[in-house]
Amino acid sequence: MAPAYRVSHLAALEAESIFVMREVVAELERPVLLFSGGKDSIVMLRLAEKAFAPARIPFPVMHVDTGHNFPEVIAFRDARVSELGLQLVVASVPEAIESGLVVEPADGMRNRIQTPVLLDAVEKYRFDALFGGARRDEEKARAKERVFSFRDEFGQWDPKNQRPELWSLYNGRHHPGESIRVFPLSNWTELDVWHYIKREGLALPSIYYAHERTVISRDGMLYAVNEFITPRGTETPFTATVRYRTVGDASCTAAVESRADTVDKVIDEVAATRITERGATRGDDRVSEAAMEDRKREGYF
Amino acid sequence: MSVEALAPSSAEQRAMDLLRFATAGSVDDGKSTLIGRLLYDTKSLFTDQLAAVEAVSAARGDEYTNLALLTDGLRAEREQGITIDVAYRYFATPRRKFIIADTPGHIQYTRNMVTGASTADLALILVDARKGLVEQSRRHAFLCSLLRVPHLVLCVNKMDLVDWSQEVFERIADEFTAFAAKLEAPDLSVIPISALHGDNIASRSENMPWYEGPSLLHHLEHVHIASDRNLVDVRFPVQYVIRPQSTTVTDYRGYAGQVASGVLKPGDEVMVLPSGFTSRISAIDTADGPVAEAFPPMSVTVRLEDEIDISRGDMICRPNNAPAVAQDIEAMVCWMDESKPLRVGGKYALKHTTRSVRAVVRDLHYRLDVNSLHRDEEAAELRLNEIGRLRLRTTAPLLADEYRRNRTTGGFILIDEATNRTVAAGMIVEAS
Repeated sequence: MAPAYRVSHLAALEAESIFVMREVVAELERPVLLFSGGKDSIVMLRLAEKAFAPARIPFPVMHVDTGHNFPEVIAFRDARVSELGLQLVVASVPEAIESGLVVEPADGMRNRIQTPVLLDAVEKYRFDALFGGARRDEEKARAKERVFSFRDEFGQWDPKNQRPELWSLYNGRHHPGESIRVFPLSNWTELDVWHYIKREGLALPSIYYAHERTVISRDGMLYAVNEFITPRGTETPFTATVRYRTVGDASCTAAVESRADTVDKVIDEVAATRITERGATRGDDRVSEAAMEDRKREGYF
Repeated sequence: MSVEALAPSSAEQRAMDLLRFATAGSVDDGKSTLIGRLLYDTKSLFTDQLAAVEAVSAARGDEYTNLALLTDGLRAEREQGITIDVAYRYFATPRRKFIIADTPGHIQYTRNMVTGASTADLALILVDARKGLVEQSRRHAFLCSLLRVPHLVLCVNKMDLVDWSQEVFERIADEFTAFAAKLEAPDLSVIPISALHGDNIASRSENMPWYEGPSLLHHLEHVHIASDRNLVDVRFPVQYVIRPQSTTVTDYRGYAGQVASGVLKPGDEVMVLPSGFTSRISAIDTADGPVAEAFPPMSVTVRLEDEIDISRGDMICRPNNAPAVAQDIEAMVCWMDESKPLRVGGKYALKHTTRSVRAVVRDLHYRLDVNSLHRDEEAAELRLNEIGRLRLRTTAPLLADEYRRNRTTGGFILIDEATNRTVAAGMIVEAS
């Protein structure tokens, strides 16, 4: 009997993502990969390693640093970048506040002011392709975004003016100053990402696994008490066993209660959970029904 | 079957494969209800998503929770209560991971449906049992056959509203089967369902004992897709040449790409187009080590025994089984641009596999009415969402197969060189 030539869904997703990355390097001038030290960007970096082996990854990585960081994540970022011999560009929000490019918001949430800082770095380094780790399962505006997402010279996304994307024929053509955001993980889910982390034996910052932390409960979410978040009014700090499902700005990323301290336990937890990762952990997405769409229109990832 | 049993456990996930399917239709057909039901029954719907949809439905004064709001992600879509664009949704069972390309059904969104169908292994077409086949159902079936979607499922929905009538179902099924036969639709299944009540969605309906086929989900899980891939014609479009500039790896020259069709093995004699040089495969590499064979959809790096000049856009095939090397292309084209129509004499950038050339429209043979399938041979142009047959001449040869034989080496897009927009999808009928 003829062999079945079966391909698992993870292998199929990996092959598609590698194809996307090679297509970008072949067709665009100056790509950069957004690397925060978060799990999705760690998976993206692994795919980039695989796409160009045995050669080195042929582009730099960039981190938009809000200054509100988890120290474990920054340490992880630096170690991984040096292990792969990559150039790291840091687009710093604190420096941009200092120079007057952006103004610190009254509520201290720096999510929204990341965008001008990102666009400024893109212009400075003349990047024309930016790899992001966003997935379509994360949020409903993202469910309609292309793998190759065209941005005008202001970095803006126009959901009504997206290029049709047929077969695996991606259109990366653009005029000077315009750029393409590329999402190689578009078709992955949170669970796929965790299965891949397991399959590849990828190291992650420790905060993705269950640990004890002093937290407060705010808006139904658990926030770590640290230099950015201090108890207000009746909020009382307590110790809980938590882990982070997403890692973003430390002032608006919440933890979830969890006993999952290994990759297998996290996979079981993610498979059983009934709340989306952004809904469970991101203060910034709770603003309105179209919070993500509005930020993307302004140039956000 | 219990709902609990459907969520994939970690041990099983590794062995799952991937099925992409497209759905077309409007809220009236119950398409959103069907997708909501599939997500709900496979535990892929999250409580915060559901709560958000319930809150918005209540605020809008909807009488029931409008599951369309789950997929209609853009502000304009929610405000106008319509689906504008293709939305991708994901769910999984222990057997398979599914990617749904959810597309709007109205004729003004034909381009979105063509886009969703281009990558689909299977298409779901919905009809309302009370109305039977309508113009839209035939159009959807035609577009699926044009895009060569290998499997078609007609869901006869709202069976609860026709008293679960076998007679109604069979009349619609017979009519559709006869129509599909004319389209050369490859594999057709017809399933009576009630998306609202869950009949024949995740499990067999007790209301329709006369129906002996599988539930929709069972069908989606078991439909055989492995043999849809073309494993006969070796086609490896070279995407990128890997030449490490390093002191540890020297003299490495590999051709990176994704296998479009066929099976490649080390030792195979191959031909490289357009040059026509031949060589043998010395190794097939991946970052995880060399492999004994490569087949679709694997992304690999091929090395050859001889040093020959190969670059992006070239194609590795077999000396006795090669695509056409052609500059005159006969194709069916769906026009996707609202600002300018396609006209004879128009020049465009053309992207086919990993190859980019320029093309001029030499002749427009006819415009096809997607509802009646009538051919208008007097047509002088194609407007947004219109489909026609035309002849192109390219500046450099394409390494092309007929689309009906190979969806990867038979499909292309046209790009407007001034705006850089993707303006057309093309399916090669003949290349010479």
